[in-house]
Amino acid sequence: MDFSSISPALLLASLMVAATPILLAGIGELVVERAGVLNLGVEGMMITGAICGFAITINTGSPTLGFVAAAAGGALLSLLFALLTQFALANQVASGLALTLFGLGLSSLLGQDYVGLKPAQTPDLHIPLLSDLPFLGTVLFSHDFMVYFGLALVAAVWAVLKYSRAGLILRAVGENHDAAHALGYKVVRIRVLAIMFGGACAGLGGAYISLIRVPQWTEGMTAGAGWIALALVVFASWKPWRVLLGAYLFGGVTVLQLNLQAAGLAIPVEYLSMSPYLITILVLVIMSADRSRAPGSLGRIFHASG
Amino acid sequence: MTGTLISIQGLTKAYPGVVANDTVSFDIGEGEIHALLGENGAGKSTLVKMIYGLVKPDSGTMEMRGAPFAPPEPRAARAAGVAMVFQHFSLFDALDVAENIALGMENPPPLRDLAARIRTVSEEYGLPLDPYRTVGDLSAGERQRVEIIRCLLQDPKLLIMDEPTSVLTPQEVEILFETLRKLREEGTSILYISHKLEEIRALCDTATILRLGKNVGTCVPRDTTARQMAEMMVGSELQTPKSAGAEMGAVALDVAGLSMPAPSQFGTSLKNVHLELKKGEILGIGGVAGNGQDELLLALSGELRVPRDAIKFAGQPIGHLGPNARRALGLLCAPEERLGHAAAPDMSLTENALLTGAVREGLERNGFLRWGKARQFAEDIIAKFDVRTPGPDNAARSLSGGNLQKFVIGREVLQRPEVLVVNQPTWGVDASAAAAIRQALLDLAARGAGVIVISQDLDELMEVSDNFAALNEGRLTAKRPTAELTVEEIGLMMGGAHGMEVAHAEA
Repeated sequence: MDFSSISPALLLASLMVAATPILLAGIGELVVERAGVLNLGVEGMMITGAICGFAITINTGSPTLGFVAAAAGGALLSLLFALLTQFALANQVASGLALTLFGLGLSSLLGQDYVGLKPAQTPDLHIPLLSDLPFLGTVLFSHDFMVYFGLALVAAVWAVLKYSRAGLILRAVGENHDAAHALGYKVVRIRVLAIMFGGACAGLGGAYISLIRVPQWTEGMTAGAGWIALALVVFASWKPWRVLLGAYLFGGVTVLQLNLQAAGLAIPVEYLSMSPYLITILVLVIMSADRSRAPGSLGRIFHASG
Repeated sequence: MTGTLISIQGLTKAYPGVVANDTVSFDIGEGEIHALLGENGAGKSTLVKMIYGLVKPDSGTMEMRGAPFAPPEPRAARAAGVAMVFQHFSLFDALDVAENIALGMENPPPLRDLAARIRTVSEEYGLPLDPYRTVGDLSAGERQRVEIIRCLLQDPKLLIMDEPTSVLTPQEVEILFETLRKLREEGTSILYISHKLEEIRALCDTATILRLGKNVGTCVPRDTTARQMAEMMVGSELQTPKSAGAEMGAVALDVAGLSMPAPSQFGTSLKNVHLELKKGEILGIGGVAGNGQDELLLALSGELRVPRDAIKFAGQPIGHLGPNARRALGLLCAPEERLGHAAAPDMSLTENALLTGAVREGLERNGFLRWGKARQFAEDIIAKFDVRTPGPDNAARSLSGGNLQKFVIGREVLQRPEVLVVNQPTWGVDASAAAAIRQALLDLAARGAGVIVISQDLDELMEVSDNFAALNEGRLTAKRPTAELTVEEIGLMMGGAHGMEVAHAEA
């Protein structure tokens, strides 16, 4: 065993990178669920975003365009879910599962020509002074722009939900869609927009894996990150900052256990591999013991009746 | 009353298979409290939804102060000065009072200013409210205040109230009426929907009566008896339930020191409940919703187990027994929630008959169902209780509320219970079906069974019960003979209006 090979600064820095995909997907799903829709298709939208972003980056050479395409791809796929659940009034659980399976298949089809290629690198930002700080510079201030985008998104979602009228209406729709309808709010329109936002965020999260974290394309490369994001939203009690905490915790333990494996810790690898899931869920379960609860209309089908 | 505020001419709205409103015409005057009366399904709700812009009429027109008025959506109706307090509260439990009110306004001020206005307006009208409390924690009366304040903040010309008093204690009703009278003095018109006739006589200036979607007459409630109005609603003479006045016998059910923690987060815990029910006695249990009614039923039915000796049935301790064992002994229950608790919505009436009747009616043998006998039992209920349905193969969900309620009560009554516990037996049921259900309960008691009627409808309890007790925050008062009680005493037994009278004294 040689723990001296683990550098705390690099560990913390890679934590932020490891956490970003599920953070992005999680914050998107949080908005969807606060609007009262349960979209289990996060995994499918992530992998679709991953291949869309990857393909556009290869073809244009621009990771920024790639991320834009990933968001568009995820949102487009989520529109299918919106069509099924909001207009055809299909069951949300079944539609979400179907969306995941469809997304996995679609992405393999789209990605056939892209296996083994290497995308243009996304540059790390260099912020004068801050990035040069010892330790903190490495940990906090020398990442790619998506890491900061994710953080900004969490803050933005929190502020919009808490302080803006749009956020209030979104929460109202998720809490009691019949009452919101009776007050004259457009339940279906608001939900479709929320679903598309969730799809775009999931697409970004997927592209972060294929463009930055790995970076290359393999089939099924999101490997369950979408499911983690879904669980995160529930255990975070539908609160944005707790999603951030959960994502960083998960990312942190993931990175740590990889380092411990490399350092040759005398615990079977299987136990180490399961530790991120266990620890994240445990911490969030303890935290969610307060009075918070799911949005009142979550997963229920809305049908406007006279 | 100077002129006409809203004039409704020939409004018609048809849904597949039913004409909800058939050329309804009437006028609402300025500064008038106008009652809209009718049984369930008479078309009251559809009519007000058209005024509020939630439903578009098929034909007919409305005018407001002489100008055409056809709101395409609630937003437009609100802009024109129409506000509505809904029957089933249109509130959001997880949000606070100010947020709920902001959602009902077109251009709400910033939340801090709004909170200040809520305090001012609510105190002005004698309905004090804290803008920062979460709505899920409020009592029914307070929740209704939120809705009313939401409307008042928009300075409405017409305030529509759909069954506003069904969840209030008598004292709270008085406070509400004070507020409504004050509004009338200020020139606001009110359209008041209810089927509580005495309230309408006390409050309203004019009443329009609907039957099967048609306007069947207008009257001045002060000069009309409740009975006359009820007969206009029903369209025939009304049968008043009569008690045969049976002698009370030995103690059938004895509950002593029953305490039980709340089964859910928003539930109520039962605290040291004592009650004694004799054979042939009808005990009415009143109280505002959410004070332990559901929990008491769960404890009596056996859905929640309690200590062995807390409940004795004919002297035998049964607190530890489950529902089927209690049914076998003769203790039957009909819970409040028709769809989902008393009946399984998507199962047929035969299957629903089996679900509680299997034990006492011998509808199963060695674990196998006896479909023929079950169907017979279901048909028996349908025939004896005048349940309007094509047959026992129809799903419970397809029945109207009143018909399903008759089925659910009939199912228990026909099993010859020794003790029957019912919760809200006539909730949302029209006058003639309610009378039939009450008569069935009286007949059951006359045959020597003990009956506990848990209800929020005081008129109903006064009509059927021999003795009255009230639940307040999980505690049950001692029972008193109904005949000796006044409305004020009942209100006090129910816990009064939670100190709200003070506000009006100041106003």
